[in-house]
This record gives sequence, C-alpha cells and structure tokens, in this order.
Amino acid sequence: MRPTRTQRGGRAGQETDNVAAPSIDALGQFTLATTLGRPGAAVGFTNANLIMVVTAALVLALLVLGMRQRALVPGRLQALAEMSHEFVANMCLETIGPEGRRFFPFVFTLFFFILFGNLLGLFPYFFAFTSHIAVTAALAVLVFALSIVVALSLHGWRFFTYFFPQGAPVALAPVLVPIEILSFLSRPVSLSIRLFANIVAGHVMWEVFAGFMLIVVAYLGVAGYLAALVPLAINVALVGFELLVAFLQAYVFAILTCLYLHDAVHLH
Amino acid sequence: MDAAAAKLVGAGLAAIGVAGAGVGIGTIFAALVNSVARNPSARNQVFGLGILGFALTEAVALYALLISFLILFS
Repeated sequence: MRPTRTQRGGRAGQETDNVAAPSIDALGQFTLATTLGRPGAAVGFTNANLIMVVTAALVLALLVLGMRQRALVPGRLQALAEMSHEFVANMCLETIGPEGRRFFPFVFTLFFFILFGNLLGLFPYFFAFTSHIAVTAALAVLVFALSIVVALSLHGWRFFTYFFPQGAPVALAPVLVPIEILSFLSRPVSLSIRLFANIVAGHVMWEVFAGFMLIVVAYLGVAGYLAALVPLAINVALVGFELLVAFLQAYVFAILTCLYLHDAVHLH
Repeated sequence: MDAAAAKLVGAGLAAIGVAGAGVGIGTIFAALVNSVARNPSARNQVFGLGILGFALTEAVALYALLISFLILFS
C-alpha cells in the first residue's frame, strides 16, 4: 500500500488537496516474487515454492521427530503425531470403508499439506500458497483424476452406471443422467474454488481493514489513531476466524476426497 | 455510467448472494441444536456433520464474495 496524492477535480479555482489518501490494493499481496537471489530467479523459485518446501519440512519434522522416541506411553510430540495419524486414519476408514486403508497415505499428505499451508499463510510476511487457483486446482484435479482411475480400475465399464442411480424410474433417465454427469464434472471446480476463495477472501479482508486503519489516520489526524482501533479490533477477530477457516477448509477438502473415493470404490 | 462506477455497483450487487448462505448456515445450526436437544448423546457425531455442512454452505457464500472482489479489484 502506498499513499497516493489525489487531486479532487470539479472545483474550479481551488487548490489541490494536500492530504495523501491511501488506496487499498487488496489483490497485490498475492503476486509471486522469486526468492533465494540469482539461483532462485534463474529457475523461477518463488515465495510460494519456498513456503511449500517449508510446509513439507514441517510435516516431515512432526512425524519423524515425534516418533523418534517410540515410547509406549507417548510424550507430547509423539502424542501429537499419533493423534494426527489416528484422526486421518479414522476419517478414511469411516468414510471409505475397509478399502480406505489403501488411500490413507494420500489423504494424510493432502490434509496436512493444505492444513500447514493455510496455517503458514496466516503469519506476517509469509505467503499463503493455497491462495493461488493454480495450486488448489492442481490438488482438486489430482483428487478427481484419482477417483476416476480408481473407479475404472475397480469396476471397468460398469463405472458409467454411477450416473444412473439404482431405483430411479427409467423414464427420467434423459433428464437425470446429464444432471448427474454435470454434477460429477463440477467436483474439481467446486473443490478447488472452495479452498481458494476461502483463503483469498480472508486475506483480502485483512488487507481491506488494514487499509481502513491507514485511511482513517490519514483523514482524521490524531483522532484517527483512536478511531483506527475499530478496524484493528475487527482484524484481531479475523485472525481467530482465519485460524478456524484454515483447519476447516483442510478438513473439508480431505473429507470430500474421502467421499469421492467412497463413490469410486462403491459406485453409489 | 463510467467503468469505475459500474464496478462499484457490480460489486455491491454480487455481494447480495451471500444472503442465501446466511439463511443456509442458520438452518444448519438450527437443525444441530434441535437434534442435540432431542438426543444429547449423539452430540459428537452430529457436530461433525454440522461442521461439514457449515463449511460447504460457507463455500457458496465465498463464491459470491469472490466474484464481488474480482469485479471490484480487477
């Protein structure tokens, strides 16, 4: 955000305002920039890539360092690692059924990559890589492709009976099948946009209310510092809300992945 | 109407869409409270489903908000 000098037009014969009125640049925070100096710029290693590497290292550290002790009665870090394993394993087994064991590594990786990515994006000067549709779309298309591959390999051509639910009257088929196909094809779209929009909306709201603080101070002078406490309080409340959203969106992405895999494995 | 004014009007109109999600989220939590009141022992199971439903409904609100931001800021 840079304060810009604005010129109030329409008042003939009057002087230009000397008050600098900051404009709110809400989407500029999501631009990519290459990090790590010359080697980084040469390969195009961006700040988003750096945070992805940090995320992966953190998840690895949680598991490797947590399980290093292998105590029967776990200490705190081991308990955290075991609880994270149990949470995702229960989610897989309950949603997908007994075949869910095979998909546990994938869902675990997905859940914790998105969770730690969302959480790291909350810190100042870090970057939320899930705020890019390219990243969330890649993950969503991966889940979609995996569900199709699993369904085709398990059921062959009978996969297409998925679009005509059992027990539906045959006369409705010309209406029902296109609707089912459309709703199936909208899965990667909704999956990617849900995560992307949640993270972008949260960060944009932060930027907008921070901009309000600067605008209020610019226009009201000293009284502005007191009045700026209101957008500040809203921003503090938003931090708590964004923490909830980070967990919730990672959980929703993972549980929907499990639901789609359940559909692929059981065909209904 | 010039482009900047049209942007502001468009962003305002697009934000009306979040009203539907407000109704939806209220319905979900009304159902949650009702079901916990009828059967307090089912609370943990129902709570998980309620939170899932909340997140999916909130997503629709954010689709509308995203369109509003896209109109306003680009």
